[in-house]
Amino acid sequence: MNKPLTAKDFATDQEVRWCPGCGDYAILKCVQKTLADVEADPNKTVFVSGIGCSSRFPYYMNAYGFHTIHGRAPAFATGLKLANPELDVWLVTGDGDGLSIGGNHLLHVLRRNLDTQILLFNNEIYGLTKGQYSPTSRVGTRSPSTPTGSIDAPVSPGAFALGANARFIARGIDTDAKNLSPVLKAAREFKGAAFVEIFQNCIVYNKDRFEDFVAKKTAAETQIHCEHGKPLLFAKGEKGLKLNTSTLTLEIVDVGDNGVPVEDVLVHDETNRVMAQMLLTLPMGSYPMPLGVIYRDPATSFDDAFTHHHPTQRKRTGKVADALRKGSVWKKN
Amino acid sequence: MGKITPENQSVVVRFAGDSGDGVQLLGSQFAESTALAGSDFSTFPDFPAEIRAPVGTTFGVSAFQINLGARRISTAGDQPDVLVALNPAALKVNLPLLQKGALIVLNTDAFNERNFSKAHITADPRQTGELDDYQVIEIAISTQTLEAVKPHGLSKSDAEQCKNFWALGAVLWMFGRDRKPIVEWATKKFAKKPSEILAGNLAALDAGHAYAETAELSAEIPQFVIGEAPMEAGEYRSITGAEAIALGLAAAGELAGREIMFCGYPITPASSILHHLSKMGDLGIATFQAEDEIAACCAAIGASFGGAIGVTSSSGPGIALKTEAIGLGMAVELPLVIVNSQRGGPSTGLPTKTEQSDLYQAVYGRNADAPLPVIAAAGPGDCFDAAIEATRAAIRHMTPVFLLTDGYIANAAGPWELPNMDDYEPILSNAVNGDAAGKNNPTELKKAIWNRDQSSLGRPWVAPGMEGLAHRIGGLEKDIETGDISYDAANHQAMSDLRAKKVAAVAEFIPDQEVEQGHTKGPLAVVGWGSTHGAIWRAVEEARNEGLDVAQVHLRWLSPLPKNLRRLLSDYDRVLLPEMNMGQCATLLRDKLGLNVIQLNKTSGQPFKVAEILGAIRENYPGAKQAAE
Repeated sequence: MNKPLTAKDFATDQEVRWCPGCGDYAILKCVQKTLADVEADPNKTVFVSGIGCSSRFPYYMNAYGFHTIHGRAPAFATGLKLANPELDVWLVTGDGDGLSIGGNHLLHVLRRNLDTQILLFNNEIYGLTKGQYSPTSRVGTRSPSTPTGSIDAPVSPGAFALGANARFIARGIDTDAKNLSPVLKAAREFKGAAFVEIFQNCIVYNKDRFEDFVAKKTAAETQIHCEHGKPLLFAKGEKGLKLNTSTLTLEIVDVGDNGVPVEDVLVHDETNRVMAQMLLTLPMGSYPMPLGVIYRDPATSFDDAFTHHHPTQRKRTGKVADALRKGSVWKKN
Repeated sequence: MGKITPENQSVVVRFAGDSGDGVQLLGSQFAESTALAGSDFSTFPDFPAEIRAPVGTTFGVSAFQINLGARRISTAGDQPDVLVALNPAALKVNLPLLQKGALIVLNTDAFNERNFSKAHITADPRQTGELDDYQVIEIAISTQTLEAVKPHGLSKSDAEQCKNFWALGAVLWMFGRDRKPIVEWATKKFAKKPSEILAGNLAALDAGHAYAETAELSAEIPQFVIGEAPMEAGEYRSITGAEAIALGLAAAGELAGREIMFCGYPITPASSILHHLSKMGDLGIATFQAEDEIAACCAAIGASFGGAIGVTSSSGPGIALKTEAIGLGMAVELPLVIVNSQRGGPSTGLPTKTEQSDLYQAVYGRNADAPLPVIAAAGPGDCFDAAIEATRAAIRHMTPVFLLTDGYIANAAGPWELPNMDDYEPILSNAVNGDAAGKNNPTELKKAIWNRDQSSLGRPWVAPGMEGLAHRIGGLEKDIETGDISYDAANHQAMSDLRAKKVAAVAEFIPDQEVEQGHTKGPLAVVGWGSTHGAIWRAVEEARNEGLDVAQVHLRWLSPLPKNLRRLLSDYDRVLLPEMNMGQCATLLRDKLGLNVIQLNKTSGQPFKVAEILGAIRENYPGAKQAAE
């Protein structure tokens, strides 16, 4: 390597065409920077996407890329990764693409544990089709297709992923590169399907939807950054999450002189599925938003099992001429 | 009754019973013995969509038909000469297929009130006179079987399961066939089962054979003499269309030196291709069973993007689901082989029955102007070469290619002369302009990636992992030179033209259309495509024997059509086109060649009978009535 890679090395000559102020710019920058930091090889890196604003992502990454069809990126990525397990495959999708039309494929790529990074940009709205409510929109969302407010109960991406038996689930915020970048690195290092929900601000159709917990001023109070082996503290360590053993729920406690000793605060165990379930389903608003790597419990990846389950598939050892003669062959003279 | 040597040197035998009776096994083993005896044959497994329909019902009847001959056999036969019916429902369903005078072997043990009522039969057909026109042989097959296997201590239900082997033994005697290969096969098949299962089945086989040979009834049971058929010298095996496609795909992978990545989702009658391929890992084949049809097609395209040969397979409704992805495959110019084992439709239709009704779907069935090459296999053995040719075209032109077969070809078997792999040219992909690789000049790089071969219009196959060639593809319209997203009006026109020209270019690489039988001009040509080949061949042969000047022209590439086809067909006064749909290839010929054709259409779920096509030839032959008189 002659000189260290920079974010620019991962940028293409294409003009980026998201709305000015779109959260996607920040995510793009963060991904480019992260790949430069880890010295990723653009020749072995592939971005696969479906349809939607987020899915334009591959065009702007100097790597291999495939902008496919609506909701099906996980299936394309599966075929690609099985064909060449050496590749570093990233999937970029949105809440509409990944959880509406692509819900089925997302389920299967997660439960199979294909070694990919799945970045789901969640903005709780359909951007590309001009602002209809999405599967993550909260009940009552007013949109061109729901002028009096939506009535569908929303899906929680993290809880969905856990239900699909995902082995890696993390969360980040578009403009918070400081915390998002380590999550992306962890996802990349994870051998299996690494699911990352990124809260993304749709400036046109759902502006500042997540402001209640992303606003920098109040972030200390409204966010909780999960770190394996460390107590689940927030508000500069003044508050924490404690397990209420009688209701089996998490409750917010004051920590220190006026509250409970820090030893009483739940220590984050990223391999604990039950804890992940509780963190991923914390009611929004009354609790801080859990961010970072919430669940990480590695298991054999699909591509690994595929290669080892069919050991001959990676190597042609037989000849068709011999295969033709398997079974009963007779001669005519 | 003595020995019978049929006048036309062939006999059609049909086995029928309950779907749990082992009728398919009985039939396929009889076919195997026929092959080893050197006769030609063609089989037609005909089974219900239900896995195990209620025992004894008419909708649960499973049948296996075989036409065997000491001459060239091209179809499974119009009308059975022999019917082995294991229960009353099987008799009821199959009796209308028989010609008068046919031989019927009945398992009388199953002819009781209970089975009559299940099959909605009001009176015993043996007493109503409806069998008067046939030779009926009544055998208590179940009783005989139980008796034969008694020494081996099988449970009653296991013992009853042996009755297909008993029937097989009897039929082997009727055709003078050797039992030894069947014994060897059964020994392998039952190797992992308790030893009494093998012993019981072999005892039943022997008992059936001995019964036919020595029982007093033997005076009644005829022996058919069907000798060797004239065939080219060479090595042969029996093969179904599904097996031949699997082996053909393996051969294509070998010829291209690339892995075949087959991505499928179960659907009748396409699933057997997946089953065969999943055992061919040592031939460089990886199989992935996806979560649905759409995912299967997308994964196959993903594999092609990754440099493996992506293949997906389905049947009509599944192909419908794959449609959007196929359009993408064409837009991004990646190779893909889509095998469609056509079945009766529309919608779920007749899943286990055959049809040729997805031709519109293959040629026209996508959003926007989206032409694709389409090739159709003519029979089980031809599936091997058709699979190689489909793959070759997909890689040469960098496009998805449709390979059409149907339920009849997929399941039917016949003798197949083993090809010599040295006779096949390697499958090569277009090279990347070497100068562009590694150069950090995005413009030059894109031009190299989209630099299409001038004769095939195929681009180089660049896959992730290749140094210095990183690029982006997608479904949005792309600039014809750089591949960048382009909404430019003139460019979209140029790309639409390019996609049309690309398919047209296939015609430059395929042989001119030839006439298979008959003269290159004349009063009538019968044109066919796909699995009707055998029935048309035989009908044309018979018509020619009658003195009618009829020609046979069989199409392999349906899109594009061979360059000389219009001229060739224009030299006939009339063109007759039999197809198992309501006229889809007829539309195609009218559309692409401006030719008018006489349609002969059938959508009963059953293949054409020779007689149906022969009848249409006579009817449409100019001045045929005079000729026939």
